[in-house]
Amino acid sequence: MTLGQKIEEKIFKVLMIIATYFILAVLAVIIYSIFEKGVKALSWEILTQIPKGGYYYGKGGGILNAILGSLCLAFGATLLAFLIGLPVALYINVFLIRWKKVVAFIRFLLDLIWGIPSIVYGAFGFTMMIYLGLQTSLLAGIITVTLFILPIMIRSMDEILRTVPYGLMEASYSLGSNKSETAFKIFTRQTISGIITAILLSFGRAIGDAASVLFTAGYTDHLPNSLLEPVATLPLSIFFQLSSPVPAVQDRAYASALVLTMIILIVSLFSRGLGKRYHKTKINF
Amino acid sequence: MTDNKKIQISDLNVFAGKFQILKNINIELPENKITVILGPSGCGKTTLLKCMNRLTDLYPELKVTGDIRISGNNILAAREDIYKLRQNMGLLSQRPYPLPMTIYNNIAYGLKLRGVKKRREIHKLVVHYLQQANLWEEVRTRLREPASRLSIGQQQRLCLARGLAVSPGIILADEPTSALDPISSQYIEQKFLELKNDYTIVLVTHVLRQARRIADYVVFMYLGEVIEQGDVHEVFENPKMEKTKLYLGGTFN
Ligand SMILES: Nc1ncnc2c1ncn2[C@@H]1O[C@H](COP(=O)(O)OP(=O)(O)OP(=O)(O)O)[C@@H](O)[C@H]1O
Ligand SMILES: [Mg+2]
Repeated sequence: MTLGQKIEEKIFKVLMIIATYFILAVLAVIIYSIFEKGVKALSWEILTQIPKGGYYYGKGGGILNAILGSLCLAFGATLLAFLIGLPVALYINVFLIRWKKVVAFIRFLLDLIWGIPSIVYGAFGFTMMIYLGLQTSLLAGIITVTLFILPIMIRSMDEILRTVPYGLMEASYSLGSNKSETAFKIFTRQTISGIITAILLSFGRAIGDAASVLFTAGYTDHLPNSLLEPVATLPLSIFFQLSSPVPAVQDRAYASALVLTMIILIVSLFSRGLGKRYHKTKINF
Repeated sequence: MTDNKKIQISDLNVFAGKFQILKNINIELPENKITVILGPSGCGKTTLLKCMNRLTDLYPELKVTGDIRISGNNILAAREDIYKLRQNMGLLSQRPYPLPMTIYNNIAYGLKLRGVKKRREIHKLVVHYLQQANLWEEVRTRLREPASRLSIGQQQRLCLARGLAVSPGIILADEPTSALDPISSQYIEQKFLELKNDYTIVLVTHVLRQARRIADYVVFMYLGEVIEQGDVHEVFENPKMEKTKLYLGGTFN
């Protein structure tokens, strides 16, 4: 190595280190400020009660409506997106194997719609509701959020299914399996931990998004009790509390953000554990 | 020779774009015999095996023309039931690819595809085929462990057991002993000699001594062409072509 190369390498190394720690520091600050403001407003009451009249001006109550609403909505949408997305991802990787150009085009399209901002999905969902005669409701929210997370779900499962080696596919076919057996019995098993990650990623998107549920799921101070009625969601709840002029209510917004973060953390840890359990049978090539 | 011809390949060509991988292959492989395919690396041996159970279908870049007749049926004809066809051939690939499941299920999977339903029957056969592949003693206490934990050599034997379990009429083996110790290799060779009573075996190997020990029929390939084929004694003791002589003498590649 010449002196020039040595200096160059030093510079890049320092840049990488700075960038990495900068990102980590920013994350730490965000999480710290959520904790710092959120923990003091967090209480048993806030977790277990629905907003009382005047809640947004400082009266008592809690955000149970939003917690349960968000969970219902995110679980519903994730489940639906999974049930649609897995077959699509398998179709692309197993059935379309000979049509590489078609596959490339599908991937390109999915990447394009991945980039569409969620507010556009919200608007689309709203149009669809009018068309179907639906009101703002849990169902309309689930459908809209499903559409919103589908590209994420499909593409992240697709990326992991792509890693299945040709040799394994050949092994499966040479035993006489047909395409569906190869897809559902071999491909899914080989990639199960990655599929779980894809589900988790989509869930995180589903539970964290405000814009797509704004017009479609609506908002209510009641607990979710029907697919056809509006539900509250945590992101909107955070928004409403933050917009309150009362500082104590603003602190509750941070408590809600903390709850949202915790939900994502718990789901994430849970699925990690699940992924680990199934990881064992994966063959490493 | 008066043997039945199990596999008859005529005018087989395989192209990958402009590059021709196999050039005008014409060979006939005898039933219930071991045919060994020899040739330097990259001459198209693996591709030839893949043509025989149409794994080439998985590669859109490959264009296959010609005729491959197995017991008289042209398997390259579009209308063949390709899944049945493949079930009739066990494939041992160059590298072992166990299925992402337990050791037990690696064997049971093929049995279930074959239509074996009773659990007892499945268990009996799993044990039987693991014994056939000389793996039983090593794995009898860990049948429920994932196959990924096995060593490469063990995986190769597992793949052999798995291949036998679909009870194919033909075994296509691509360097099946390349990752095995001498004892296991010897065992597999022995096994092939027993199996040829019921199976037609096509074996690719780089080990000339192995070829000599177990082959009945030999096909020598070079750069995508079949240079010479014939009974093992003819080819080894009295090769007609210059290239075969050189290869067998170990003076090239
Ligand atoms: N899908 C493919 N696309 C393009 N070229 C290919 C493809 N598959 C094989 N080839 C080429 O065909 C030739 C023969 O390959 P093949 O794997 O059949 O060789 P081989 O005789 O089995 O070699 P080895 O002894 O090293 O296993 C090689 O040049 C290889 O690069
Ligand atoms: Mg090869």
